[in-house]
Order: sequence, then structure tokens, then C-alpha cells
Amino acid sequence: MKEKVENLCSEIKGKMENVSNLNELYNLKLEYTGKKGIITELQSGIKDATDKKEYGIQLNILKTFFNDSYESKYNELNELELNKKLESEKIDVTLPSKRLREGSKHPMTRIQEELEDYFVSMGYDVFDGPEIETDENCFQKLNLPIGHPARDAQDTFYLENEYEKFLLRSQTSTSQVRVMEANKEKGPIRIICPGKVYRRDDDATHSHQFMQMEGLVIDENVSMADLKGTLEGFSKKLLGEKTEVRFRPSFFPFTEPSVEVDVTCFKCGGKGCPLCKQTGWIEVLGAGMVHPNVLRYCGYDPEKYQGFAFGTGLDRFAMFKFGITDIRTIYGNDIRFLNQFSRKDEENEIK
Amino acid sequence: MKLSRKFLSEYVDIDSKISTKQLAEDMTHIGNEYDSCSSLIPATNLVIGKIIECHDHPDSDHLHVTKVDIKTEILNIVCGAPNCREGIKVIVAKAGAQLPGGEIKKGIIRGEESNGMLCALSELGLESKFLTEKDYTGICELGDDAVVGEDPIKYLGLDDEVIDFELTSNRGDLLSILGMAYEVGAIYGKKVKDIDLSYKETGKINFNLKVDTDNCTLFLAKQVKNVTIKPSPDFIKNRLIASGIRPINNVVDISNYVMLETGQPLHFYDNDSLGDTIVVRMAKEDEKLTTLDNEERILSSEDIVITNGKEAVGLAGVMGGLSTEIENNTKNILIESAIFNGVKIRKTAKKIVRSEASNRFEKGLDYKRTYMAIDRCCNLLEKYADATIVGGMVSYNNITDSDKKIDITLDKINKVLGINITSDEVLDIFKRLDFGVEVNKDTFSVTVPTRRCDISIKEDLIEEVARLYGMEKIIGTKLVLPLKEGHFDKVKRQIKNKMISMGINECLSYALIKEDCVNDYTTDKFTHINLKDPMSEDRKTLRYSLLTSLVNIYEYNKARNFKDTCIFEMGKGFFKEDLEYKEETKLACLMTGKYYLGVNNTNVDFYIIKGVIEELLDYLGYKGRYNILQGEVPKQLHPGISAVINLQGKNIGIIGKLHPTITKDEVFVFEINIDKLLENRTSNIKFKEIPKYLGMQKDVAFVVNKNVTNKEIIDVIKKSGGKLITDIEVFDVYSGDKIGKDEISIAYNLKFEDPNRTLTEDEVMQIFNKIILDVQSKLNAKVRNGE
Repeated sequence: MKEKVENLCSEIKGKMENVSNLNELYNLKLEYTGKKGIITELQSGIKDATDKKEYGIQLNILKTFFNDSYESKYNELNELELNKKLESEKIDVTLPSKRLREGSKHPMTRIQEELEDYFVSMGYDVFDGPEIETDENCFQKLNLPIGHPARDAQDTFYLENEYEKFLLRSQTSTSQVRVMEANKEKGPIRIICPGKVYRRDDDATHSHQFMQMEGLVIDENVSMADLKGTLEGFSKKLLGEKTEVRFRPSFFPFTEPSVEVDVTCFKCGGKGCPLCKQTGWIEVLGAGMVHPNVLRYCGYDPEKYQGFAFGTGLDRFAMFKFGITDIRTIYGNDIRFLNQFSRKDEENEIK
Repeated sequence: MKLSRKFLSEYVDIDSKISTKQLAEDMTHIGNEYDSCSSLIPATNLVIGKIIECHDHPDSDHLHVTKVDIKTEILNIVCGAPNCREGIKVIVAKAGAQLPGGEIKKGIIRGEESNGMLCALSELGLESKFLTEKDYTGICELGDDAVVGEDPIKYLGLDDEVIDFELTSNRGDLLSILGMAYEVGAIYGKKVKDIDLSYKETGKINFNLKVDTDNCTLFLAKQVKNVTIKPSPDFIKNRLIASGIRPINNVVDISNYVMLETGQPLHFYDNDSLGDTIVVRMAKEDEKLTTLDNEERILSSEDIVITNGKEAVGLAGVMGGLSTEIENNTKNILIESAIFNGVKIRKTAKKIVRSEASNRFEKGLDYKRTYMAIDRCCNLLEKYADATIVGGMVSYNNITDSDKKIDITLDKINKVLGINITSDEVLDIFKRLDFGVEVNKDTFSVTVPTRRCDISIKEDLIEEVARLYGMEKIIGTKLVLPLKEGHFDKVKRQIKNKMISMGINECLSYALIKEDCVNDYTTDKFTHINLKDPMSEDRKTLRYSLLTSLVNIYEYNKARNFKDTCIFEMGKGFFKEDLEYKEETKLACLMTGKYYLGVNNTNVDFYIIKGVIEELLDYLGYKGRYNILQGEVPKQLHPGISAVINLQGKNIGIIGKLHPTITKDEVFVFEINIDKLLENRTSNIKFKEIPKYLGMQKDVAFVVNKNVTNKEIIDVIKKSGGKLITDIEVFDVYSGDKIGKDEISIAYNLKFEDPNRTLTEDEVMQIFNKIILDVQSKLNAKVRNGE
């Protein structure tokens, strides 16, 4: 019997190796364990066996061998079938995706938000006042009385029949006046005022509508050195860690002393290039200590309070930051322009 | 302001080692920014030569072949000028000379060797206004005293360098050589030299002066007799040229020269044409005056005029009159040196012409210079126009200014600037500026000279200290203020971010539009706002709706073959109401072409843009509080494919397809009033218990007439279903062959839930059947059976 089982086992092993699909495997099963199968018949032969115990042991060995071989072949074939099926389901992963695409945030909004985030993190509030303003808020309370020659620097749009009364604000300093007047009882102020402004000007570097940001800090001991420190912090944030700030004395009616503020040319790093006209510096801001008349007109006692203000054109920053050469591109809204601003930008880290 | 170095050197010594470029930089450092700095004559390698031989060129009808002695050698030069001849002294540009027209090279001209060029004055780079016709047609002939081999520019006195400053509007004092001299003196620690004001007087003035307006605070008049009109001496001409003013004759030039020196504009009248009287007054409305340029001007009561007691003879501070002009036969002169109201001069000049004089009046004058200027004129007229100066002067003086005394402490200076300057350093700065100063402990009593009109308060003195101390010495400090949270408008950012997240591009366009577009894309009645002097008709009116701008952007991009445009803008709309100017923040959106979904790109239709606004409003917390309904929409929208956006009973916007008369493309837009939207507060997120009991869902499709809206059906379902209906969702919309032509089938998935128990099939069916019956009876609907 033992010999027989050994022969059968090697026979099964041989047949199993030749099975190539589940159908053949099933037929093989019938051949051995079906009603008239070899193993089934051996099983019924136990009653005629001389050594029933030995017969039973050998039969079990045979059965186990068959079942194990069957199981292993079955799994093998199944995996093969599945793989075949998966193979047939293969797709072209290089075909285009189905997705919603992020729209783009306008570069001016990006600059504005970046500056807002920086100053908000330093405890400044953001304030935006109306774009139609009074002559008083735009000029008179900023120490620019009617007829002042410095008004020429800002060719202002007045509203129809409202000459020297109502205008489109030519500077965001108007917000400075509004906030000071609203806060005069409360004391210290720390604000930035980004917003649209309008001047009669239209060429490659000037647009009749553009964006400015005014900053104002008022307290009892705020100094020119604080102004410089503040502008250094913000220039490094926006234009890179190596950026330095230079003050040049200047004149604005609403500040005294007044300075023009240059930053290290970000194109050449200060070595000198056509962008900075070989000076290594680029003018980006006007600033100064708030003129005592402005403090007084807006309800602050200049004997007690002092403060600084600064103003800058955001368009210039956007042009510098993104390398835009013609300001009209910014307001042209060409889809090919807009589409370039649909991803997150890198931030300049200050170490 | 053009500053001639030679002119400046007459009033302050500048070390010759300091280059003019350095001077310009140093001035910029203390706040006087320069625009350019260059030699008056930019040409190089020029030498005085004498033509020792001159023959006609054998091969030309106009060229000359010359030999020119330049001391070091004799050059062969071919020259085409008609006045080229033997014996004259000329300006020779040697080979290698850089002229504005290019470099001079050795060469052969029609077979004759030419090793340089004989120059006309026009070839050296002087501005054309300083040249006459002969400076173009012929070579420049130098005088006999010119020394061969020397520098011709030096010989002509044009060896000057010029800095062009862009001055700030407060520094009127720097519109004078003297003012510049004080500034330069402060930098290098030099004293300003005296100006020669001496002259002899003969006889006694006999003249009537009356000032009938507050707009003239000082008026001085002095008579000068028997002048000889002739060309000015070279130094006056050259200073004027370097300062950008064209020399005319000695008398006119002296008035300009003295204005440049002192900053005081002057006017010379022909005394014989003027008569013996001047009355200064405001012009009458529509009064006429023919000015120097032979133009008849019609004046207004805002203009200050000089009259001879009867009629206007000059427009004060702006332009003289033709009738009293200095002419070549003028003998007797009346000099006017006066101060007029700068604001009035500015207005008049803006109308007529802005000049060197009007600019100086606008910026403010020092009355001491008004006196100084008249004496300086007499000094120069006596010397260079053979004038006899009449004794005495008539004057009107209503000046209230006097030297300003300002006290300031060292502590205040340091506190404002955030520096640690010493008392000695401050004292030194005030002294260098030539300010009077007394020190008492740490208080400085500063007497500011009248020439510095820009200084009147402590802070002005702090600026003086800062700019001369050096702004670079201010070291930036970190602002120390109490910690606090900064605030900004988060909602507007959230709106933008949400729109962008739906694949829509943000735009930024101009608020100024064409007037006849201002009523487009709205049904609101409002008063629009125009500008007083618009730049153009296209930018005349403040927009009310942003959609006009977005439609323009769509057209711009379409013209460039970009047809898939999804854009939005958030900005202000402007209008006037009850005499008040108002502005409201609006959000406008335009979508056309393909809505980007990668390979599944789909054409934008009404329901896509409706999805955008719904997604935005739901995100902002208004879910369930708004409706998109048929309503009155602007003419620019398709009447059938448009709606109003209604929030709790108020219309806050419009949505729809552009009317086919505007474009044949499928373009969809919406605009909502963000201010009106945000007036409605939204609530905090509050967690609701997740239902413990499973709900049940039922589907039903109703076939209704096309006039019945989805909203009407949902309203009936809601009402009839009551509390247990928790959600109603449309999952299919069908119109076509399987139902009537005027019919539409809308299929709903209804969700029934009770938070406290499991619903039974029976009770749900009871409600479901009631819903079906109600919809059938109220909306004349049929239930569509599955196929």
C-alpha cells in the first residue's frame, strides 16, 4: 500500500504541474476525489485491507497530499487569473486628470495680503477708508492747505462741480486722518492702510489708478530710529534678509522730519545695475515723523504724542517682486498674466 | 534748478579737489536731490587753432582744404563751412575728440587728408535755444586774443559744470545761487561771501505807487536813467546759459541774473511808456491785457495786475505787458521788486504760463532779498548798461515777518530722532547753517534767518539737525509697544479665497469707466458720479457695477483667442444719494467657455455659475437663507436665463446669461452687493447630535408643465412632509420624447428622519403618499413611473 500511495503521489504531483487553469484543476479533482475517483475508490477498499490501520494511515497521507497540492494549485491559479484580470484593467496614467483647478489671486492682492500679514503679526490693525474723500481729509488736515505748491505733486481727480471739495483720494494718508480722529480719546495708534488711490498719470510706470499702503504709529516715545527699525524689518520680510534701508532727507508736508527711503537693489544686491541706475539703491517709500500740525488737526496733542508715518506704492513692490516691467500689465487682466499667479509663492524668511 | 559751479563759486569757496559730481552727491545727502550732473560743453579734445592756409578743394564746389596751426603741430583739415578762410582763429576738434554727434577720426575726404574738424558752436552740445543761425551755418570764429594751442571752451568762458537739482517744494530759498551757497557752505563749513550792492545815486525819484490789494505785501520801485542797451558781458551770458536762460541784452539779462543770484524775480518797465504811476490791484472780471508774447489775455478777479493808474500794464509775477516792454531804444527804466501772494500767482500762472519768476513767487520769498535784489540791479546796470541811478525808492511795505526765534532742547532732538547727539554737535550744525544760536544749559535759542521760509517750528529744526548730522547715523531700533492682536477684514479675504478655490481668476480693473456704461448691469436707480476734468471720455465716470469692467476683460481676452474665461473682481461701486457720496463693495463674476475640470471640462452654463454663487454663500454661512428667483433683471441679461439673488427678502444681486445683443457667446455673470450681504450676521458652527436612528429614503419623479419650477415643487413637498422630511435632493431632470413637449420631469430623493425613534415603513409611506397627492393636486403633476 505504501508503495502504491507513493506512486500515486508522484503521479498527482506530475499532473498538478501540467494543470494550467481552474477547469483542468476541477477535472483533476473529479478524477481523484469524485464519486468514482481514484482516492474515493481506495477509500472503499479499506474494508478488504489486511492491515487496516496501515491502510488508513497511508490513505490519509494520500488525501492530505492531494488536498494540499490542490489548495496550493488553486491559490496559484486564482492569483494568476486575478493578475490577468488586473492586467486587462490597466489604464494610461499619463492621460489628463479630472480636477478642479485653483484660480489665481491677483498679484496686487498677494502683495497686499503679504504686507497685511506681516504688520498684523506686529500688532498693527488694517484699515481701509473710502475712495471718495474730502479735500480736507486728503490735504488740509495733512498740512496741505488749498493753494499749497506741494499739491502739484499729486495731480488729483476732483469730482464734477466739487473742485477743492470732493475728490478721489490721491493717497492712502486719508485713512490716517480718519483713524486718528476716531481714536483721539484713546491714545496710541498702530495701523496700516492699504488701498486704491487715483492720480492723473498714465504711462509704463504710472497708472491713474494704483495701490498704496500707509503706515502710522503714534505713541509718546516713537522715534525716527523706530521708524527705521520698522522699515528694515518689513523690507527684509518682503525683499529678502540681506536688504538694507537707507534714509535720505526729503520733504512731505505731513511729516517733519521727512525722508525718502531706499532699499538695497534686489536685482544686483547693491552692486549697481540698470534697474537701480548704478546706485545700488531703489527708492520705495516716503516716510517721516508725523507733523505736529497733522497731530493737532486730528485731535492729538503734539506736546504729548509723537509718531511716524510711511507710505509706499504697492504696484512698485509687485513689479519688483514679480519682475513686471509695465504697470499696465497689472491692470490689463490678460488671462495669460492672471494664470501665472495660481500657486503659492515662497516667503522670505527672516533669520 | 540748474546750478552752475562757476556761478556758485562766486559766493562760496569750494575746494577744487571736490568734484562737481561729489558736490552733487553731498547735496543729495542733505536732502537736495540731483537729477543730473555734467559739463556745460560735453565735447572733449578741443584746441584753439589758426587757419594758416585755405584752398578750395579741387574735387568739390564747397569744401576747403586747410592747414591749421594748433601750436603742437600743423593739421591738414578739410572743412565745408562758407566762412572758412585763412587767418581766423577757430575751434579744432582733434582726432579722438568726443562730440555730441560722435567721435572725430582721421580720414580722407575726396582724396584730401583730414585730421580733425573745425567746429561750429552748434556742434559742441549747447542747447539750441542758446544758438543763432550763424552758429549752425558757419564755424565759430574766435577773437584775436585767443591763444593758439589753448582750450577754446575756457576761452569762451563755457568751461563750467552744471548740476540739475530736483528740489523739494518747501525749499524756495534754494532757487537762488545765494541759497545754494548757504547750503554748500553748511556742508563744507565755509562762509558765504558778500554780494556787491554798491552804486552812485543822482537826483531824487518822483513816482506814485499805490497798492490796492492784500495780495501784494511788498512793492519796491526804483528809477534808472539813460541805459545803453547792448549785449551783456560774457560772464553774465555764460552764467545765464549754464542756468538754462537765454541771454537777450544787458538789461533783460541783468534782471534774470539778479533773479538767479537772489531768488527775487524782478520786472523792468520802460519808464517812458509806463508814466509816473503804478497801482497794484486785482484785475476786473474780463479785463484785457496784451502780454509780452503779444497774446491778448482775458483776466479774472483772481489775477493780480500792475496798472499805470488807468489800465493794466502787467500781470504781476507772471508776465509783463507788451506796452511797457524794454526795447532796443529804451532809455529809462523802472525796476519792480515785489512780493505777491504765492497762491494767487500759482493760479494765474497755471492759466497763462509757468515761468522761473512765477515758480519763485509760489515757493515764497525772503523780503530782505527783495531789497537786496533792487540794489544789485542798480549795481550791475551802472556797471554794464552805463545807467544813472536815481536817488531814493518808492515802496509799499506790509510785511509782518521778522526773524523767527525757536527754542529747542537737546532732549527733544534726541527723543524724536532716537539718537544720542551731543550739545556741541547740535551747536556746530546750527552755526554751519549760519543760524543765530544761544545755548542755555541744554536749550538752544535759534534765530532762523528770513531766507529760510520753510522753518517755523521745533520739528523743522530737528530736521535740520538730522540732515546735517547724517540720516545714516540713525540706527534702526525695534519698536517697543504693548503686545496686541492686529485686526484685518477676514471675510473679504475668505470670499476671494473661496472664489479662487473654485477655479476663478481674480482681476483688478479700473474704477473709472465711460459715462454711458454706468447704468448697465443694474436695475437700480441712482445718481452716478463724474470727474471734473477726466483724462479721457473712457475714464470719466465712477462705476456702479463691476460687470462692465469684467465684460471688457472678457472681450479683451477673446480678441486674443482666449475663450475660456472665469474671472471675478471685488471692488467698490460708487453713487450719490441725498447729496452724499456713497460706495459699496461688490463682487462680480463672469464665466464663459470651458469650466476647467481637466479632461472632463464642461461648458459653462447657468447652473455652473449658480453653483459658484451658492457654494460661496453656503460657505459664508448663509445656507438656506437665500433664493435664486425669477425677477427684474438688467436689460443686459437674457430675460429667460437670469434671476435675482434674494437674501431674506432683499435682493442682493443678479445672475444670468449675457443678452444675445451683447454677445452671441454663452457668457454668464453674477454680481452681489457684499455690503448688503454682510449686513446679515451669520451664526457660529454649533454641533447637532448625529441621529441615533436610521432614517428612510424614497424616490419619486414628478412630470409637470415647464412653467412649474423646482422651487414650487420643493415648497409643496416641504409643507406636506412636515418635520420628518430632513432632506430633499434633485437627482434627475428630464425633458424629451418620453413625456409631453411642454413637460419636464424632475426626480427627487426624499429623506425621512426622526431624531428620537426609528420610523416604520407604514408611517413613511403615509407621508410619502400625502406628498405625492399634494404635488399632483396643487401643481397638476403626474408621477412618472419607472420604464
